[in-house]
Amino acid sequence: MYKYIIKRLALLLPVLIGVSFIVFTIMYFTPGDPAQIILGENATEEALANLREEMGLNDSFFVQYSRFIINAVQGDFGRSYQSNRVVFDEIFSRFPATLQLAGIGVLLSVLIGIPVGVISATKQYSFFDNTTMVFALIGVSMPNFWQGLMLIMLFSVWLGILPSGGYGDWTYFILPAITLGTSSAGSIARMTRSSMLEVIRQDYIRTARAKGVLEKNVVYKHALKNALIPIITVVGLQFGYLLGGAVLTETVFSWPGIGRLLVDSIKQKDTPMVQGLVVFIAVTFSIVNLCIDILYSYVDPRIKSQYK
Amino acid sequence: MQGITSELHTGRAKKRSLWLDIGIRVIKNKAAMVGFVILAVLILLALFADVIADYDTVVIQQDLANMNQGPSLEHILGTDEFGRDIFARIIHGGRISLAVGLVSVCFSLVVGGILGALAGYYGGRFDNIIMRCMDIFLAIPSILLAMAIVTALGSSLLNLMIAVGISNIPSYARIVRASVLTIKDQEFIEAARAIGGNDFRIIMRHILPNTLAPVIVQATLGVAGAILSTASLSFIGLGIQPPAPEWGAMLSNGRTYLRSAWHVATFPGIFIMVTILSLNLLGDGLRDALDPKLKQ
Repeated sequence: MYKYIIKRLALLLPVLIGVSFIVFTIMYFTPGDPAQIILGENATEEALANLREEMGLNDSFFVQYSRFIINAVQGDFGRSYQSNRVVFDEIFSRFPATLQLAGIGVLLSVLIGIPVGVISATKQYSFFDNTTMVFALIGVSMPNFWQGLMLIMLFSVWLGILPSGGYGDWTYFILPAITLGTSSAGSIARMTRSSMLEVIRQDYIRTARAKGVLEKNVVYKHALKNALIPIITVVGLQFGYLLGGAVLTETVFSWPGIGRLLVDSIKQKDTPMVQGLVVFIAVTFSIVNLCIDILYSYVDPRIKSQYK
Repeated sequence: MQGITSELHTGRAKKRSLWLDIGIRVIKNKAAMVGFVILAVLILLALFADVIADYDTVVIQQDLANMNQGPSLEHILGTDEFGRDIFARIIHGGRISLAVGLVSVCFSLVVGGILGALAGYYGGRFDNIIMRCMDIFLAIPSILLAMAIVTALGSSLLNLMIAVGISNIPSYARIVRASVLTIKDQEFIEAARAIGGNDFRIIMRHILPNTLAPVIVQATLGVAGAILSTASLSFIGLGIQPPAPEWGAMLSNGRTYLRSAWHVATFPGIFIMVTILSLNLLGDGLRDALDPKLKQ
């Protein structure tokens, strides 16, 4: 098992080099002069030229990329053009806000999605099933940013009971968490239902019922446990996606997380910040994926034997 | 001899009836048909947008005397912050959304499909190189990749299509590769090779048609995803630039007027949702029709 984890982490390295190459290339071709961004609109031509020389912006693409990679391997992604803070200091100061929101959002979506999916599957084509699946589909189809705006309009503007944005006590978490939670809940409920439906028709479920096992135990111990793999996959993917900064939700609610930081950095051509953020997001995403794979082996011991 | 011919005939008849069967199953699926009808109405509105409302005089012409008016008989969905009719802007915006959705999905489908087919068919080192490249792209959330690309290229309709298209290539490559892998070792492929079919012919005539089912489903859902990405990019100011009507941008403008004019942000969002909902319904219906064992 440990061997497997180490192997997976080692495989991450080439992916990260590739990711950094793609991001570097894209940012290299993005219009805008970093020297101008740092020194501002009123800088003299001479000062700009000096800074460009100092930053090595006149070097060729490959020289610049090699320098970037050599520094990055040592953990140095440079400083933000905007705030002049060390890139990873800035990211780590913003990440807790994203992590909290992602955690609460996923928790909410699991608490809604899995029970709804299980009940829908056990009562297929019932009124409950039909109604909740319509809502789940609406939840999946609703753009997050629009839902966020509608919640702000209802609870902040009209009713005036919740803050419309920003970061603070628990009341600030409610609207963004509902926004993230409901759409994820939709996909989790749909996946739970279809996975349960496949399991519930298996012979061993019929055997369990025939033996007289309580329906509650049939559903939760025999069926749900075996239907968990695809559900874990969806939950994990949603969590990974939210950790990468729910860019739009964070923008709508002025949430000080890494998603909004990334949007601002891309708009301002803050290259070091964008590089650091994308690499950071790729790492978190891959680690979440690895955790899902490890979790599989606990849910289904047969999978464990494949991890060598 | 006659026996063989009639067998051939029935073979053909069976092949045709497969797609006919799928069509019938989709038509019988109420949810899929609801999705199809809604989508058809949206497409018709977009196609005849010019007939319903003139672009220059209604859609982008400002009329400040009538700004932020609520829904009325004259303006059924009200007017925006520049006094422009929201319904007219929404149906013209539908052109942009549907165009970006369709073109970008075609782009990712063609590029991803070719890469996936080659990787799956040839396997070995070739497969490894292509799929590891795809893994790199998959490690970057697609909306972030699209944001970065559109910033580099500059925001225009074409660049938006390219950005959204590129960011979705890996998912098609993976789906096509997976289907190719299950098909390429089957006997009919061996037979095609035995009668002298070359690789190109085998891939185009025998393998790709058999991978269509998952690809069609993914493409339908992919159009929904692409429309959402386009709206998202415009919402954060990286997509279509004003005064062109784009759903995400209209919504973003409406943010400022949540207190005084609720309708400005509300209606474009409803149209985005309904479009995506219709594509999801249709996509689900197609999936059920193509894989009948899912729906028992």
